[in-house]
Amino acid sequence: MPETLYDKLWNEHHITTLDSGESLLYIDRQYLHEVTSPQAFEGLTKKDLLPWRLNANIATPDHNVPTERGNSFEMDNIVDEISKIQVVELDKNCNRFGIKQFDITSDNQGIVHVIGPELGYTLPGMTIVCGDSHTSTHGAFACLAMGIGTSEVEHVLATQTLKVSKLKNMHVKFEGKPKENVTSKDIVLYLIGQIGTAGGNGHAIEFSGSYIESISMEARMTICNMAIEAGAKVGLIACDDTTINYAKKHSDLSSDLLTVAEKHWNSLVSDEDAFFDKEILIDVSKIKSQVTWGTSPEMVVDFDGEIPDPSLVPEDKRKNIELAKQYMGIEKNQKLSDLKFDKVFIGSCTNSRIEDLREAAEIVDGKHISKNITEAIVVPGSGAVKKQAENEGLDKIFEEAGFIWRDPGCSMCLGMNPDQLKPYERCASTSNRNFEGRQGNLGRTHLMSPLMAALTAINGTVSNPS
Amino acid sequence: MKLVGNQLQIKGIVAAIDRDNIDTDQIIPTEYLKSIKKFGFEDYLFDGWRYLDDGKLGVAKEERKINKDFILNKAPYDKAKVLLTRDNFGCGSSREHAVWALRDFGIQVVIASSFGDIFYNNCFKNGVLPIKLEKEQVESLFLKIKDKPSDFSVSLDSKKLKLTDGTEYDFQVEDNLIERIIYGLDDIDMTLMHKDKIKAFEVNRIKDKPWIYAND
Repeated sequence: MPETLYDKLWNEHHITTLDSGESLLYIDRQYLHEVTSPQAFEGLTKKDLLPWRLNANIATPDHNVPTERGNSFEMDNIVDEISKIQVVELDKNCNRFGIKQFDITSDNQGIVHVIGPELGYTLPGMTIVCGDSHTSTHGAFACLAMGIGTSEVEHVLATQTLKVSKLKNMHVKFEGKPKENVTSKDIVLYLIGQIGTAGGNGHAIEFSGSYIESISMEARMTICNMAIEAGAKVGLIACDDTTINYAKKHSDLSSDLLTVAEKHWNSLVSDEDAFFDKEILIDVSKIKSQVTWGTSPEMVVDFDGEIPDPSLVPEDKRKNIELAKQYMGIEKNQKLSDLKFDKVFIGSCTNSRIEDLREAAEIVDGKHISKNITEAIVVPGSGAVKKQAENEGLDKIFEEAGFIWRDPGCSMCLGMNPDQLKPYERCASTSNRNFEGRQGNLGRTHLMSPLMAALTAINGTVSNPS
Repeated sequence: MKLVGNQLQIKGIVAAIDRDNIDTDQIIPTEYLKSIKKFGFEDYLFDGWRYLDDGKLGVAKEERKINKDFILNKAPYDKAKVLLTRDNFGCGSSREHAVWALRDFGIQVVIASSFGDIFYNNCFKNGVLPIKLEKEQVESLFLKIKDKPSDFSVSLDSKKLKLTDGTEYDFQVEDNLIERIIYGLDDIDMTLMHKDKIKAFEVNRIKDKPWIYAND
């Protein structure tokens, strides 16, 4: 019977079917960060258990870390005492159990979903978990990757398995060539606008089509990263030469191992005629740059489109739109170009890789941020991204344009560190969630691509990228 | 199997929040994820809606500006055991703290027309029962409890939701999941009963896919 990529990964990692009907899946890799792991380590200790396979685990602090660290910064320098406890706790747990950690002083510290692929810990065909919903990012490597809760983090540490029920298969085919200045972020935001934030619930989404084949691993990661924003905890892309070349470049596998691996990696594609429970076809050539206007990623429109008028929508949707417009401080029927922005954030596990920074730098090169922008920050996703950008002189381009160049971390995507919005501040953000209060209490987030965020910094409002 | 202090019946006041897509950032904001504990989140549940000021981990409820209009701040809903809401409850972040906050507040049952996948899983690890009903059924529940405090009663073994007026709704949930709530089962203990199978699988995998273990 023809199988989807998800079916194949499922079968390959399937250990046994339990009496309950659930399956035990073998987990190849677990990423750990300081926020969702302390309770899991505590549980392990209470049960007097040790990690099943130490080297399956890779840890780094990312959520709480300040992004103005400079040189010779250590954990002890974290000003927020409560944040410090979490970072220290991760360090203690990694030392106690012997887990590999890229700590706050490491050149390779960064957002867990950026450093994993970059350091070659994410390889095609793996099962990957992390106590973080954006683990779907690693699906770009034909991995079965998903976010899990802390109880499950503990379960994977203790047993190297996850107890799960199989998801349904959804297929999203992106065909065509995008307009100039339309990026993978626009494409995935457009999809979420079409199917909604519950559209992928209960499904693993495989992304394919000529558009996907044509884009880089970094652009593919942006798409899989946001699968969870479409409700799917698993997003996947078939393995091809682009995937294999990336894996070869970033891993330090011997050529013997690579030869065997490559043979397997080439099989990580859905069979022709494989059955999908849902199929969606999207012509990307029609998509314009996308910007969210509301408090859910599905509340998204073309950069020059109309923000929905609640009186013109069905009654069951009306209340959500009214509440969102009220929260976002949007008067009736305003356009995005009428809104004045206060802050700009370029970063997050969605858009903080080198290509994202290049895309934004090209826009701001030789220009200066608008007067109404009180703060524009660029937060590279990892130490390696930061170094690469500095080698290319991107940091100088940003600084000359009035941006602040920071150290790696999750930063203002969720404002767990000092990078936050103040009440009612409006932010152009390359992150993944525009939920109420996500970037700071009463803050107003508009999600967009790095290119559009850079342009918003320069013009002070959403404008035409062409 | 013996019951270990858990119940077959949950009965209590229902509080309704009439919104779609309530994400886990609303259930518990990021600030409180700085805790390294698994308990003590009750005061931070729906923090952005429950208070008029910006909270910090460790700041007591008494020191906060309460939003008196928010349902969970009004008696008798401040003792609610059941939460009624709309579509896609618990979408977004995987934070299990969202379930810990509901549990610590005293919410034992959440009724919605759909749930975020990761949140739904997390519920069963913490004795909170998510009940999925059809959109029309959720709508009728909203109408029935409008303007007057109501008790819902949930029977876990027969999978029935009962209202005080006698109306009953059957709900679907996998037996193994509901048993975890009834018996308070520990997943790790259960999985480790299959230790030998996991070991055997791993031995084969090391042979078959050696590159995965290159750093071991």
